[in-house]
Amino acid sequence: MTEPTPSQTVGPFFTIGLCARPQQELVPEGADGAVAISGRVIDGDGEPVPDAVVEAWDRAGGHWGRCGTDAGGAFHLVTARPAGAGGEAPHLALLVFARGLLKPLLTRMYLPDEKEANTADPVLSALEPDERATLVARPADGGLTFDIRLQGEGQTTFFVL
Amino acid sequence: MSDRRLVRVEDSDRGGREPRYLHPEYRSSVKRAPAAPLVLLPEALADRTGPVFGTGDVAAADADLTAQHDGDPLGERIVVSGRVLGSDGRGVPGTLLEIWQANAAGRYRHGSDRHPAPLDPNFTGAGRCLTDADGRYRFVTVKPGAYPWRNHPNAWRPAHIHLSVFGRAFIDRLVTQMYFPGDPLFEFDPIFQSVRDPAARQRLVSAFDWETTAPEWALGYRFDIVLGSTPIEESP
Repeated sequence: MTEPTPSQTVGPFFTIGLCARPQQELVPEGADGAVAISGRVIDGDGEPVPDAVVEAWDRAGGHWGRCGTDAGGAFHLVTARPAGAGGEAPHLALLVFARGLLKPLLTRMYLPDEKEANTADPVLSALEPDERATLVARPADGGLTFDIRLQGEGQTTFFVL
Repeated sequence: MSDRRLVRVEDSDRGGREPRYLHPEYRSSVKRAPAAPLVLLPEALADRTGPVFGTGDVAAADADLTAQHDGDPLGERIVVSGRVLGSDGRGVPGTLLEIWQANAAGRYRHGSDRHPAPLDPNFTGAGRCLTDADGRYRFVTVKPGAYPWRNHPNAWRPAHIHLSVFGRAFIDRLVTQMYFPGDPLFEFDPIFQSVRDPAARQRLVSAFDWETTAPEWALGYRFDIVLGSTPIEESP
C-alpha cells in the first residue's frame, strides 16, 4: 500500500491537538532581527475565518511555527527575517488549514523591502502583477501585515500541492 | 514575463483519490475554496525541506490519552498503531504525529462544541508521538463517539480521530481523519465522501487488528499513513 492517504479537513476543533502549546514564535520575540507578522484569514464573503491555522516554514533559516486564528480571523507570527536561497527571494512558505478546507492551501509571503530580489525571483516574476501583489507583505507598526484571502476579489495566489 | 509564465491548473481531485477544495455537499467549503486556478511550481522550485522535531518535543505519556488525568476516561479503550510511509513505501522515522478527538460520548473538549453530550473530566483528547526508526507509532486512547453537526438536516459525523503528520518535507504535510471499519454513517458523510474513489476512501479507514489487541485490556486498530501527493498531469 503506497498510494497516498487522502487529506481531510482539520475541522473546527483542531486547537485541542495543534494549538495546545504556543508555537507562533518561530524565533523568540525580541531576538536579534525578529520580525512580527500579523494578518487575517478572510473568506469569499470578506468575513474573517476564526477556525484556521496558519503554518509557516522558513527554509533558509530552518524555522517553523504556527498560529490558529482568533475570533477576528487574525494570526500572529514572530520570525527571523528570512534570507534568500537557491536564487529565490527571501520568503516564508505558508500552509493554511481550516474548517471547510478539505486539504491545505500553500502560499508564500515575500518581503516588501526586497524589490530587487523580488523582481528577480523565479516565482514572483512569472506571475501577473495582481497575483504578485497578493504574495508581498505590507509594512505595519514596525512589523509586517499579510492577509490571506481564500476566495473572491484579491484572492491570495495559491500553489498546487 | 509571458515567456516565463508559470502554469495554472484547475483544482484536481487526482482521479477521485483526493478531495477537491470545493465540495458543495460540505457547506463550509463553499465560501472557503479558492476559485482562481492554482499555480504549478516547476519541480526545480519544489521545496523538499521541512521542520524536524525531536525527543524534546514529546513526552512518552503524550501517546497515552487514557493516562493524562487522575482517573480513567469512560469508553472503550483502544490501541491505534501503524506506520508512516513515504511514497516509496519506506518508513518515515522520527516524524511528529499529533492526534485529537471527541470523547466516547462524541463531545470535544472545546468551547465551540455545543453537542449536549457530557464532557469527561478524565479525557482531554489530544496526543502526540514521534515515529520510531521503522516509522511505527502507537497511541492508547478511547474510541470516539459519533456526533451531530449542522451541515444538513440530521447530519452525523462517523466516529473518527483527527491526525496530523509532518513527514520529510513541509509540502508533504498531511492532516487527515482516521475512521473505524464498518461505520454505518460513511455513506451519509460529505467529508468522507469528498474522496470519490472507493479504494482511496478505504485508505482512511483503520483495520481491526488482533495482533495489537491486548488481551483483557484493549482492542487494536491498525492505520498506516502514506505521505506524498498523487501526481497530476502537467498541461500547458
